[in-house]
Amino acid sequence: MGLLSKKDAKLITDPLADNNPITIQVLGICSALAITAELKASLVMSIAVLFVMGVGNVVISLMRNIIPSKIRIIVQLIVVAALVIIVDQVLKAFAYELSKTLSVFVGLIITNCIIMGRFEAFALANKPWRSFLDGIGNALGYAVILIIVGFFRELLGAGTLFGIPVLGDPIEKTGVYALGYENNGFMLMPPMALIVVGLIIWVQRSRNKALIED
Amino acid sequence: MGLKSNLHNLKEKYKGTKMAPAFNAIHTFLYLPNETTHGGTHIKAADDLKRTMNVVIMALVPCLIFGIFNAGYQHYAAIDALAGVTREVSLLGNFLTWDNFVVGAWSVLPLVIVSYGVGLIVEFIFAVIKGHEVEEGYLVTGMLVPLIVPVDIPLWMLAVAVIFGVVIGKEVFGGTGMNILNPALTIRAFLFFAYPTWMSGDKVWVHGADPRVQNLAEGATPDALSGETILGSLAQNNSNMLDSAGDLWNAFFGFIPGSVGETSTLLILLGGLFLVFTKVGSWRIMLSSVIGAIVMGLIFNGVADAGWISESSKFYGLMSTDFWIHLLIGGFAFGTVYMATDPVTASQTNKGKWIYGFLIGFISIMIRVFNPAYPEGVMLAILLMNVFAPTIDHYVVQGNVKRRKKRLKVKTA
Repeated sequence: MGLLSKKDAKLITDPLADNNPITIQVLGICSALAITAELKASLVMSIAVLFVMGVGNVVISLMRNIIPSKIRIIVQLIVVAALVIIVDQVLKAFAYELSKTLSVFVGLIITNCIIMGRFEAFALANKPWRSFLDGIGNALGYAVILIIVGFFRELLGAGTLFGIPVLGDPIEKTGVYALGYENNGFMLMPPMALIVVGLIIWVQRSRNKALIED
Repeated sequence: MGLKSNLHNLKEKYKGTKMAPAFNAIHTFLYLPNETTHGGTHIKAADDLKRTMNVVIMALVPCLIFGIFNAGYQHYAAIDALAGVTREVSLLGNFLTWDNFVVGAWSVLPLVIVSYGVGLIVEFIFAVIKGHEVEEGYLVTGMLVPLIVPVDIPLWMLAVAVIFGVVIGKEVFGGTGMNILNPALTIRAFLFFAYPTWMSGDKVWVHGADPRVQNLAEGATPDALSGETILGSLAQNNSNMLDSAGDLWNAFFGFIPGSVGETSTLLILLGGLFLVFTKVGSWRIMLSSVIGAIVMGLIFNGVADAGWISESSKFYGLMSTDFWIHLLIGGFAFGTVYMATDPVTASQTNKGKWIYGFLIGFISIMIRVFNPAYPEGVMLAILLMNVFAPTIDHYVVQGNVKRRKKRLKVKTA
């Protein structure tokens, strides 16, 4: 990344792996479990969070010197809420079906711990450009996990990816279904998302022993 | 002797290498454990983990053999019913026959082989990676699994479920003795939620009745063969499978459709007595589960008798079933005797065992009645109470501590 200095680049690459908000900090789990049954929903949710975090971090960072620290949580909430409403309205206008699938979870981005966490921990103490990179990095770290989980859940649970059948037709018995394969209904339930996230954490920590805490 | 000394040589040769646990396991399984206590004072007892496990397996063998014959018997009975012939079961006449055995063994033994094969491979892999010894825990799980699934479950599904159950249910917690949930029930629960059409309904319980299975019974049309379980039909408000006293005796002896090894309440009862006699299974848990089930059954009977619930209600069928019939049908007896008493996942304290068992029975019947879509409540009840067992123990121990402290105060005062 010639564009960014080494220090700035770390802001983006760190949350992707070694300081991932979901697998290492274990934040934002609820939405990761709830909406990852379909890859499309995971992707849209990721983009929504990316937008809210990128813009939100910049806004908070710009205001960081004038926010009275006593009411800073309220200010942060207002900023997130405003951004989330924009996302919600855009989704309702241009992707109504999808916004129904995501249902209440778009609104619940407001309470996503990753966002409030980055506002508090980073944007309040850093300049806008670095805050922007931090927001993007953390949102991308969130997105990576959502998309991995969504990929496996949709593939094994429904045999589709982005709604397109990739394993054959389960009713006509074509593709792998002709061999007797069946979709795993458990994959579509939230408990399985927790287990998939757990497996990702397991793989990550066994590859990088430095992440294991006692 | 040849095998033993060869194995011993192999063991010595690979000592300290990565593959050592695999050879040690075979040696331990066939002969004696490698490690014995050295020095110091210790209690001498003949029972180790392997012996405990073997006792449970011995208690399960009658259920397995019965299950093999029953699989064949139900298969032919369903074909007879198709031709309009109602069968009267007679143990030597038409139950313990060669035909039944062949059909049953052909469908049940593959389940046993897959269960053990896949499960032990997973255990071996983990033992080699983690460098600890292979534990005997899977020996019982591997025997329980084929007994609690429908006879025609596809083998690859069973294999996937076994891998899931052993890895997620046991190995992630640290292996045998560390697991929170009963691995066999974890495997069944996985199958139940992942492939519900293979685990419930009125087609899966009789070999050859399911049109999705390739080897459909001879002369049968796919739609005609039926093998509804009594529990399933009661959940549909249909009680005519329990019309005569003979039906109830059949349910007690086990000549009814169901999962492979759980139909015979009589054999489970004998197995349970064997476990209690050998002190491997806890009689407190078994007894309190039965009490819990009876209490819940009586409550429901009372509600149904008092007319608080209309006969058209979807809960009426199971709610009005006499409380003692609940003990005969479905997997209740099997779960209580072989699963709830699992020493790892059950409560450890005696008082805790009473609470734990009682709630298993109580909740089993509650789930049965209120969730007609998943009529087998005992699986979910045991898994739920597995989660709560450590909490129950904690409060029992704390209660003891408090009582003793109080006694101490009274004395000193």
